[in-house]
Amino acid sequence: MQGLSVKHLLGIKGLTEKDIQLIFETADNFKEVINRPIKKVPSLRDITIANIFFENSTRTRLSFELAQKRLSADVVNFSSSSSSVKKGETLLDTVNNILAMKVDMIVMRHASVGAPHFLAKHIKAKIVNAGDGTHEHPTQALLDAYSIRERLGGVAGKKVCIFGDILHSRVALSNIFALQKLGAEVMVCGPVTLLPRYIKELNVKVELDLKKALAWCDVANVLRIQLERQTIKYFPSLREYSAYYGITKSLLDSLNKEIVIMHPGPINRGIELSSDVADSRHSIILDQVENGLAVRMAVLYLLAGANQ
Amino acid sequence: MQKRNIIDSELLAITIERLCHQLIENHGDFTDSVILGLQPRGISLAERISHKLTTILKKKISLGYLDATFFRDDFRKHETPLKANATKVIFPIEDKRVILVDDVLYTGRTVRAAFDAMIAFGRPRNVEFLALIDRNYSRQFPIYANYVGMEVNCLESEKVLVELKEQGLKEDNVWLIKKK
Repeated sequence: MQGLSVKHLLGIKGLTEKDIQLIFETADNFKEVINRPIKKVPSLRDITIANIFFENSTRTRLSFELAQKRLSADVVNFSSSSSSVKKGETLLDTVNNILAMKVDMIVMRHASVGAPHFLAKHIKAKIVNAGDGTHEHPTQALLDAYSIRERLGGVAGKKVCIFGDILHSRVALSNIFALQKLGAEVMVCGPVTLLPRYIKELNVKVELDLKKALAWCDVANVLRIQLERQTIKYFPSLREYSAYYGITKSLLDSLNKEIVIMHPGPINRGIELSSDVADSRHSIILDQVENGLAVRMAVLYLLAGANQ
Repeated sequence: MQKRNIIDSELLAITIERLCHQLIENHGDFTDSVILGLQPRGISLAERISHKLTTILKKKISLGYLDATFFRDDFRKHETPLKANATKVIFPIEDKRVILVDDVLYTGRTVRAAFDAMIAFGRPRNVEFLALIDRNYSRQFPIYANYVGMEVNCLESEKVLVELKEQGLKEDNVWLIKKK
């Protein structure tokens, strides 16, 4: 069997379509495993993984940790708020200290773009990027595409629109790369102030009108407004944003087709998605979370599985 | 490379029929018995056996597919990760009599991994193992087959190749291949 073409998972950009398909096929098997009465397999029993999170995270971190435990890896967790980073230690020193304790793999989230790429050049351990600033969040994009494949039977030829704060979103960028590699058509829709200036260079369609975008797409991947990353005001008020870009049940009912609603979480209910949409049968938000576990197990398995 | 045919289509049909009758001797009407084919190559054989049993007993036999990849002990001993296959066990095996089916019993490591994989679906009453080919002199674990299609005495340098029509071939054949 061919393995992945990469040693680390730093971003979707460096993956081939074959890599993504291999991850999906492996995730299919893990999805079956996590639905068994006994959900644990011993594949990574001699591997130690450190989860290093320099930014807050609930579901990604939990999902990674559970994936590691389901694969029988030994897990250590580290968060910057309770560490020596506060005392002025550099990233490389912090990580080298962790690696000196014989850790085989690092799962890292960092606020700086390119932090995992930097680490990959300087350390031996395998690295999985769990989000670097506004750059990439590869496992989220993989689980999103996997969920579309599961719901619609495939990704190629599907029309996927990403709604909301594209400018600050690493989920959007990784999604665009993943969906395009798998042959989907991608559109972004949001207020013009929240669209990156060079977005068209990524070969995506741009639509400012929510209704038109909804009418075009098969899948709506709705992003959260990331107030924590916004240093200036990009729109007058949340109420106004919600009035123009909030997806409601009546909007969906006015379309003469069914579209799939996705959200990477956490949802701001009543802002980008109304509650009745988030909980409706169109929504595959909780499937995304379940698939996230299977996809992360697949990524860890494939990266750790080869004897390199 | 020398290649010697040890089982052809005709002999395979006879062997499968014999194995089915041996199974019926021990399992009666299969009320409490289930068959699990081991991925990837044991499943075609398991399907044929279950089909034959259905014809003889005139009842449906519970058949599942078991993949032991995630439970193998040679994980990370290869250049690339081991490729997994689908597991499909849609019935509980709790208190059932399980018959594991594979094409070749070689080192016994696959069967050992299969035991671990199987336990995730319940605690069987007992477990038996059926192998089309039992390679003598090569066991690395104390594992034996309860039902054997053919015992083959072969060296480490020799290979047993099972070809079945289900792989898209015209004929069923089992070959003994001498490498160089």
